[in-house]
Amino acid sequence: MTHTKMDVSASLTPSAGTHETVYRTLIEVDNVDFYYGQSKALHDINLKIPEKMVTSFIGPSGCGKSTLLRCLNRMNDLIDGTRVGKGEIRIDGVNIYSPDVDVIELRKRVGMVFQKSNPFPKSIYENIIYGLRIQGINNKSLFNEVVEKSLRGAALWDEVKDRLHESALGMSGGQMQRLCIARAIAVNPEIILMDEPCSALDPIATMKIEELIHELKRQFTIVIVTHNMQQAGRCSDFTAFYYIGKLIEFDRTEKIFTNPAQKQTEDYITGRFG
Amino acid sequence: MSAMPPQLHRFSNVPTVAKSTQIIFNWLFRSATYLILICASIVFGYIIIKGLPVIFKVSPPFVNWEFLTQKPETLHVFERDDGSKFQVSETAMRDRMAAGETMPTKEETYVYSAGGIFPCIVGTVLLVLGSMAIALVLGVCSAVYLSEYSNQGRIINFIRLAILNLAGVPSIVFGLFGFGLFVLAFHWKVSLLAGWFTLAFMVLPIIITASEESLRAVPKGFREGSLALGATQWQTIQSNVLPYALPGILTSSILSVARVAGETAPIMFTAAVVMRNNLPWEGLKHSTDFFFQAVMALPYHIYVLATKVPPNEFTERAQYGASFVFLFVVMAIALVSMILRSKVRSKYKW
Repeated sequence: MTHTKMDVSASLTPSAGTHETVYRTLIEVDNVDFYYGQSKALHDINLKIPEKMVTSFIGPSGCGKSTLLRCLNRMNDLIDGTRVGKGEIRIDGVNIYSPDVDVIELRKRVGMVFQKSNPFPKSIYENIIYGLRIQGINNKSLFNEVVEKSLRGAALWDEVKDRLHESALGMSGGQMQRLCIARAIAVNPEIILMDEPCSALDPIATMKIEELIHELKRQFTIVIVTHNMQQAGRCSDFTAFYYIGKLIEFDRTEKIFTNPAQKQTEDYITGRFG
Repeated sequence: MSAMPPQLHRFSNVPTVAKSTQIIFNWLFRSATYLILICASIVFGYIIIKGLPVIFKVSPPFVNWEFLTQKPETLHVFERDDGSKFQVSETAMRDRMAAGETMPTKEETYVYSAGGIFPCIVGTVLLVLGSMAIALVLGVCSAVYLSEYSNQGRIINFIRLAILNLAGVPSIVFGLFGFGLFVLAFHWKVSLLAGWFTLAFMVLPIIITASEESLRAVPKGFREGSLALGATQWQTIQSNVLPYALPGILTSSILSVARVAGETAPIMFTAAVVMRNNLPWEGLKHSTDFFFQAVMALPYHIYVLATKVPPNEFTERAQYGASFVFLFVVMAIALVSMILRSKVRSKYKW
């Protein structure tokens, strides 16, 4: 398992005069094509996602950002007829599409939060420890510890600590989404993928989750797909802009939003289309 | 003084073609439902009216326990010299003759019209339990494979079509299939085991189709959420899909129970006999002989009473009594399934 300790790709070269921290690339998308059956959804994607930072994918509907996100934990395998045409996706130097990779192990290390929150119709407690149960762990005291830690980590502990054994479906939308985040961090992944986590939530709940993302990035690498450009501007350190299956630009968020290199990016940011 | 007509305002009810059509269709749908209800009531009502006097008595103990707990026997109807008739079952007659009593010479015998139907009840219950167990296991496993594991494509669609077509096969053909395969080719002879498998195959299409529908009704989000946490497909199905599909599966089993209990043709050649002296747990040399013995069954008994004995008032009593008990047995098993289903529904609410 090789990794370059101080890999700074060309597009991440700091501009003159700023103090730049160097970061390690955790996810590397190398020349990737992706097909849904016969139609090509992603063309020649090249991307290096840094560790312990928030990277956001933005772009108009249908540009392939969710597709690429779902490739990172191989959730697209669940859809019939999908395949990676060429190229590799490497996490920590390992090509995750190689035949000797165990998808189960991959998904334990790369967690996902979905657009439509999907808490299981069990109790809040059972939801969080589900990820541990399926690994065969059966230690009650460990469960209690993990439940408290994950709920605190998701800023939900104070609200639900008295009703841990009640159904998870009896919560508000924002709470359910935070439960899904708690459930994802309970298995201690390295990477958390978020597919438009706030699109179904009101502004207050959205704000709480954005604060949460700021906290979480100290411990996890986060990749977030969002339709909301202001959210990308607020939350993320790096931004990737996609258009019709191609990666148009990838750079630090401040640079993308103040001085984008590509005209298409600028048009999208200023709202001229999309 | 006549009442003033109501003032017309912007929300007044003005008759239109659409509203009249709506009222007509409302009544059409209602009449269709009531028609079904009436037909079902006539059938059930007739059986209940004719069967009640056989099962229940006015004097204590209010239930005709002999009918429910004894084996069928021949009925002897004697006519005394003064023209009055009395009925006596075979065993009672033997007892009385052994005690020295002489019977009048004018005698009519009616087979299976005395005694009870206990072995038939036992046989039907055994047949239902065994075949439902086999059908549910095979059916749910197939449904899980078809909807969760298989790659959707032409072959799977063809398999689904084949299963659906099975539902249209006449039950007598299933009986012959069971006879040829289980009784003859497997050398199981006419036995419980052959009957179980024949009946199970008969209701498999219903169970597979309904189970697949129930599995598909479980939201995709449960599966995705589970898989994204690193669960295997079986772990996902076992804890996040199957429990929530159970109510639908149990509904299909309620429908199947009625079918399995009531069909005569499949068991005619494979499991049922007209008369057997031993109850299923009597006279077994080895414990495995239990599965390889023939049984009496309620629908077959009703068929025998209706066709093999010339119509008369005495046999009719046994017939309607048997039909009433049969309805009751099916209803009891269906009730158990319904209670089970509502328990499962409240436990796995989503």
